[in-house]
Amino acid sequence: MLETISVWIAGGLTLCIFSFLYGDNPIYKFAEHLYVGFSAAYWLIYVWHFTIKQMVINPIVAGESGAWLLIIPLFFGVIMLSRWLPERYSWISRWSIAFTVGIGAGMVIIGQVQGYILPQLKATLLPLATGSWKTNIDNFFIVIGTVTTLTYFYFSRREKSTMSKFSRIGTAFIMIAFGAAFGYTVMARISLLIGRMSFLFGNWFRIVKPL
Amino acid sequence: MENKKDFLDWITSIDRKFIFAIIAIVVLIPILLGIQEEVQISPSVNSAYRTIENLDSNDVVLISIDYDPASMPELQPMLKAMLRHAFRKDVKVIMMCFWPLGLPIGTQGLEQVAAEYSKAYGKDYVNIGYRPGDRAVMVEMGREIRHFFRTDVSDVPLDSFPLMKDIHNYNDISLVVGLEAGIYGDYWVQYVGSRYNQRIILGVTGVMATQTYPYLQSGQIEGLIGGLKGAAEYETLIGTPGFGLTGMAAQSWAHVAIVVFIIIGNIGYFLTRRREKRFRVEGRR
Repeated sequence: MLETISVWIAGGLTLCIFSFLYGDNPIYKFAEHLYVGFSAAYWLIYVWHFTIKQMVINPIVAGESGAWLLIIPLFFGVIMLSRWLPERYSWISRWSIAFTVGIGAGMVIIGQVQGYILPQLKATLLPLATGSWKTNIDNFFIVIGTVTTLTYFYFSRREKSTMSKFSRIGTAFIMIAFGAAFGYTVMARISLLIGRMSFLFGNWFRIVKPL
Repeated sequence: MENKKDFLDWITSIDRKFIFAIIAIVVLIPILLGIQEEVQISPSVNSAYRTIENLDSNDVVLISIDYDPASMPELQPMLKAMLRHAFRKDVKVIMMCFWPLGLPIGTQGLEQVAAEYSKAYGKDYVNIGYRPGDRAVMVEMGREIRHFFRTDVSDVPLDSFPLMKDIHNYNDISLVVGLEAGIYGDYWVQYVGSRYNQRIILGVTGVMATQTYPYLQSGQIEGLIGGLKGAAEYETLIGTPGFGLTGMAAQSWAHVAIVVFIIIGNIGYFLTRRREKRFRVEGRR
């Protein structure tokens, strides 16, 4: 019974959202606001249950070793709320922001260099003459594509220089990449429509087998 | 001449509601008729399949649910297909989640497939739930999973499960499978793959597939499953048709319709340009 009610609510709300295809209307607005409200409430429950309760309160109450260290992030978390106080006190929240930005920057620099730039650079240094002609062609396109695309982003080149000619080849590679990305995006959006259609006609109207 | 003008006017001002209706019809017909379509297996999906196929029966796979209901039609079929493959080979599964809204749908998929193969919770699979902190959690799990996941999704201590007794960090996990609708796939590769040499497979939404291919080319991931087509390929490989394969016919029909619309749009564009050029020339005379 509960599942039937859930399916009817979900199906009805799907139609409410689909009504936007005809034009903005109060039914769509209702579903949109309901979604925003429910999402906010859902997030609040998750923050309480999985973050505050499980990662802060439970270890402190259980007296786990080193749990006292949790007071530090808890302190930074609490002073973040000072943004709501008058301007005289709201500056305190900047400590938390500085802490977050500092950690974020450190993590990103390490991750990007160690996990992205160096491995990708290594993957581009490829031999152009191997035993397999298929590999040779693949490697040729990867090397030429990388080099010419990089020249496209060298903006202080002269307009009629050799580098400009290379950059035009780079533009072609960029356009092909955009085309591939667009094709995949179309596929992704259609997949979402297929998902909703099979929900409406499978789970709700029961015309086809639910997936 | 007048007829040609009318056609041009029509072709350049087709009401978008007409396009929506056509797309809805071409998606709906294959679903209603239950048409299934064969798919060609791509090397990237085959590589993902081979990686799981080559695991031993007691190996452990960590599956990260990093998507929400908005990406469910693309990623849920991948999850189910990979779980079926893993459970069929008696591979143990640990599920976790970095997207809070992904936890219920991940749990639903896990419980459904585990029931199909009569797998026992705690012995064959464990759901350790959601944690905030993404990169920090990923890095710390390389030392001890319990530093962030003391309990499972239902607040039961991890040490009470036979499966988790000897599992402490990535050294005890054979493979990480990231099902991604956002940036977390990059994080798995950059922070776990590079730092801990962890083997990784990514299943991503169609939108993200092109930006994920470089990781496959560089060998940073062992397989890539992209969008609904990737899910359909995986279902074909394991021989269990699901939503991926059923959706592919609708997908193909919709693509054909979109290509036709693109061609019509281009014809309209070029004819209009030619007409404007002709008017300019006649105006000069």
